Amino acid sequence: MTTTQEAPKQYKVIGTRPIRHDGADKVTGRAKYGADYQTAGLLYGKILRTPHAHANIRSIDTSKAAAYPGVRAVMTGADLPETKNEDGDRKITLGELGTDLKYLREGIMARSKVVFKGQPVAAVAAVNQHVAEEATKLIEVDYEVLPPVTDVREAMKEAAPLLHDDIETVELNEKTGRISNIAEHFQHRQGDPDKGFAEADVIVEREFDTATVHQGYLEPHNCTVHWNDDGRVLIWNSTQGPFNIRDATAQVLELPLSQVKLTPMEIGGGFGGKFEPYGEPIAAVLSKMSHAPVKIVMTRTEEFESTGPTPGSYIKVKMGAKNDGTLVAATAHLAYEAGGFPGSPVGAAAECVFAPYNIANVQVDGYDVVVNKPKTAAYRAPGATNAEFASETVVDEIAEKLGMDPIEIRLKNASAEGTRRADGTAFGNIGCVEVLEALRDHPHYTAPLEGENRGRGVAIGYWMNAGLQSAVNLAVNNDGTVALTEGSPDIGGTRTSISMQAAEVLGIPAEDFIPSVVDTDSIGWTFGTGGSRTTFATGMAAYKAAQDVKAQMIERAALIWDVDADSLEMEDGVIRSKTDSELKMTFKELAGELNSTGGPIAGRGVVNPTGQGGAFAGLIVDVEVDKETGKIDVLRATIAQDVGKAIHPSYVEGQMQGGTVQGIGWALNEEYYMEDDGRMANSTFLDYRVPLALDLPMIDTVIVEKPSPAHPFGVRGVGEVNIVPPPAALANAAYRAAGIRMNVLPMSPPNVMKTLWEQG
Amino acid sequence: MPGKTHVQTKINGEDVEFLCEPRQSLLECLRDIVGLTGSKEGCNDGNCGACTVSLDGRIVTSCLVLGVEADGAEVNTIEGVASPDGLHPIQEAFLENAALQCGICTPGFIVATKALLEQEPTPSEHRIRFWLAGNLCRCTGYDKIVRAVMDASERMAAAS
Amino acid sequence: MKWIDYARPGSLDEAVKLLADGGGKARPLAGGTDLLVMLRAAAERVGSPDLVVDVKCVPELNQICYDDSEGLTIGAAVECYRIYADETIACKYPGLTDAATLIGGIQIQGRASVGGNLCNAAPSGDSIPALIALGATANVTGPNGSRQVAVEDFCTGPGRNVLGAGELLVSISIPAPKAGSGARYIRFIPRNEMDIAVAGSGVSVEIEDGTFTSARVALASVAPTPLFVQEAGDSLEGKPVNDESIAEAASIASAAASPITDMRGTAEYRTHLCEVLTRRALNTAVERAKGGE
Repeated sequence: MTTTQEAPKQYKVIGTRPIRHDGADKVTGRAKYGADYQTAGLLYGKILRTPHAHANIRSIDTSKAAAYPGVRAVMTGADLPETKNEDGDRKITLGELGTDLKYLREGIMARSKVVFKGQPVAAVAAVNQHVAEEATKLIEVDYEVLPPVTDVREAMKEAAPLLHDDIETVELNEKTGRISNIAEHFQHRQGDPDKGFAEADVIVEREFDTATVHQGYLEPHNCTVHWNDDGRVLIWNSTQGPFNIRDATAQVLELPLSQVKLTPMEIGGGFGGKFEPYGEPIAAVLSKMSHAPVKIVMTRTEEFESTGPTPGSYIKVKMGAKNDGTLVAATAHLAYEAGGFPGSPVGAAAECVFAPYNIANVQVDGYDVVVNKPKTAAYRAPGATNAEFASETVVDEIAEKLGMDPIEIRLKNASAEGTRRADGTAFGNIGCVEVLEALRDHPHYTAPLEGENRGRGVAIGYWMNAGLQSAVNLAVNNDGTVALTEGSPDIGGTRTSISMQAAEVLGIPAEDFIPSVVDTDSIGWTFGTGGSRTTFATGMAAYKAAQDVKAQMIERAALIWDVDADSLEMEDGVIRSKTDSELKMTFKELAGELNSTGGPIAGRGVVNPTGQGGAFAGLIVDVEVDKETGKIDVLRATIAQDVGKAIHPSYVEGQMQGGTVQGIGWALNEEYYMEDDGRMANSTFLDYRVPLALDLPMIDTVIVEKPSPAHPFGVRGVGEVNIVPPPAALANAAYRAAGIRMNVLPMSPPNVMKTLWEQG
Repeated sequence: MPGKTHVQTKINGEDVEFLCEPRQSLLECLRDIVGLTGSKEGCNDGNCGACTVSLDGRIVTSCLVLGVEADGAEVNTIEGVASPDGLHPIQEAFLENAALQCGICTPGFIVATKALLEQEPTPSEHRIRFWLAGNLCRCTGYDKIVRAVMDASERMAAAS
Repeated sequence: MKWIDYARPGSLDEAVKLLADGGGKARPLAGGTDLLVMLRAAAERVGSPDLVVDVKCVPELNQICYDDSEGLTIGAAVECYRIYADETIACKYPGLTDAATLIGGIQIQGRASVGGNLCNAAPSGDSIPALIALGATANVTGPNGSRQVAVEDFCTGPGRNVLGAGELLVSISIPAPKAGSGARYIRFIPRNEMDIAVAGSGVSVEIEDGTFTSARVALASVAPTPLFVQEAGDSLEGKPVNDESIAEAASIASAAASPITDMRGTAEYRTHLCEVLTRRALNTAVERAKGGE
């Protein structure tokens, strides 16, 4: 669709900081999240998960569990519909990644083979969670244990254990007939890299290893499912994508979409990880068997071992520059771990790895590789952080070799409108230069940094952002307030940022909106909250719905005053005649007249926008390295991000700060520590170390506003790109602090110490 | 199977009795038996702080307390922080400083903050970060939470 | 979690009887911050108990006493926050305050006890090297009477201790500090809180006229149990207080470590940390000895 940009002006609502509509509920404990859902006759489900990372299932005996007192139902993979061959090509889009139905079903519950530790093999419904858990221990599974492979480089070798006997490697879009763990190798190419490198005065080539990391949302996956007596399957859960999960669940269960209804409860964080069905189809089958609603809530260890993290990777990046700093050639080899089934975010990584720069000669090779780890899911700018950690540290090293300022070299090569990414896509209106200038001009960049073993680093990051489908309905209440219904779960204040856009159109306060996130029977198909899209796309739907209401309100006033609607206008919440100053009425006054003048007014907005443009963020970070222990402490951090237009600046800042800190966690300590037998050793919040309040300084934010032409208020989407720069910026800072070039994530104390010993 | 245990306790100032199995945590009892679902389960092993409640005046992770241990004790939860007069200054400060995104950690942070500010009305930024190190937040990066606590400290000083 | 029964005795005799009658299937419960986690995740590692005996209402397990001749006695169920809030302990036994402050976050410190930390017998238990360095003794009572065990002999393996069937740790005693003494416990963790020691070092020193007259060093997380390195402390005896003697003791400590490689660090890295941490701990202990009594 085409959108007309609103003329730059003083907004009344946009850019202000109203209290969020769900605020009181969330600070008093009244807000109902998925696990809080209660209903009469509720049973509790517990999933039996395989202890082996790679094994064939010979047999499963559930008889003892079924006989355990308090157990109401027991299921295995055989109780899910069997996957027929043609399903293998039915891609189901989940979040920003995707998978096909056959693998989705096997991941939900294995039938004959397990490919990661924690993969479900059976499940029990019982009167309480303890009984259900004890009963799962009575299920006997006979496994033929196979050697696992959990590292991407090992998995790519000819002699590696094969996870699937039906993954035929796709090589540059052609099926090869070769069975391997490499699901796909693809390539993007612009210009002639060999020629480019021949022209370069400086070439830097480095290899990088990055560990698997998890989104680490605080609220575990949960669902309650009731297979009702009328055949409808009712789901209450915490999800980013109610329609995505409804559709996937229906397909897994081979039901018509409309037979499944999903009511999204409040959601305790997602970051891309709550787009996939895990417990829903299982609870549905258990509910059908037991004739009762069944609730499944994951433990934290189940979260780490059995939901989708973001991939570990092996990356090689080579970049060349002329003495004047012009980047002339770049190549990248990106090998990403998909987990137990194909579908890593390596495609996105390939589009992002060199996107901040205008480089004439580029080649990117991407590999999607299965390993014996949980199937990866989306995580905040999925794929980009690994890749740009590599490219942004190489750029830093080139700057050093050329004696150039690290921001200067980036500015010299910065992407702008018309620059082509490696995949050939040309940028529209983007703010790469503006973000770099904001960093350069921020006092932090030139502030003195005193003390031993301290250093400052910078990096920039790119992510593409999504558009996709959204729907919003508005209903004008007779007291002048407006009920807003939407299908986008609110994870960080979007009820308010969406209401604000409709409020701006109608000229009434955001507080006069009553926003509700509704079930899948009550709103048009809306893609999930992810891809930095909600304030952009659902906000645009709200804008359209408000325009609809505005037009109807003007028509109604015209009817009441018996004048031509064209002679009226509505501004700042007042409908008035352009010619007769006597004819005016506030929105509220007119709202009170609606039922007696023709009936209610409701507005509708449905969108499927594109052209949102890419997002850039950059980080300046100061660190201190303890050269005796290898510990990196973050002293100061400043993030600049082009947000297009900040609707609610506090929540924009919050996204920037939160993404930065997730990036810092990824950079410094987070990792799946894998034992040789394919077991994750650290599947608790004690040992999977997300950052604590005590680990961090305040995170300063610089909101750069280069309005996106694709949105009426210029919104660009703010959720994701901020996670991209921290690992590279921290590595670059650690170099200036301690003289080491880190090529591994996490830059944990043992890894830093090892590097100090090797490079020091 | 043996029977349930009778527990007599005071929750948010009200006498509350309930029956539970000894293996049930205080968190389970609050959520599934008493119906106070404001305390959240994020890890069930004491490492996230989302289930923080006050037990006889000390904050604890209620996932690491058995429900039966609360017999004869006083428990205060997030549901008891606001009063009939309205939100507590800490709750107002969290809202006005945008100190929550998804909100799942918020009850634990508010209960922990209340304990801090009642004991130390004007903590330093470092002290706040130390006190709240047992409460994980994955959304905010803590910046706005720490600012909210500092703001709440000022609000409570002004009110007293 | 499997079914458990719960008892809350009000006296030591009653507690010992419940534990003895449990026939190995009864387990004491103090703060529960380790026990409940184990009961959920790996009940077999704590003997799959049928009964937990809540010892928090047993008076002997709940008190802190100090006098200048007898020293300090801390009940086994005394919570960490009471230890680090105690001004006498902060003044006389700062090494113990260090450890009590490090265990868990504020919520955990409201429940967890030093006695429980010792009984849990994790190689990483932060209070254990601090207690060993201070020459602490464990006071144990059981069906066959009472006995005392030096803390360095209390742990017998990861998660294992000397307590026999029906025996209960009642309290921990630490001799009164001598003039010119100082102690320190530090650990290394990747975050700044809420973490398990990658390695830790607890030390105590006694100094007279610029010379070490006595010293003790113990390490965390670098052996199957918290490790008393007697030779590291002995090496300081009679030596002048300077960087050289401290460096030598630190390297002796490091040589005694036999860590494993796991998710918290490689053996090589942990061995290296023992030297760094022992040196740093000794430097602070010396400062405290000079500044203190």
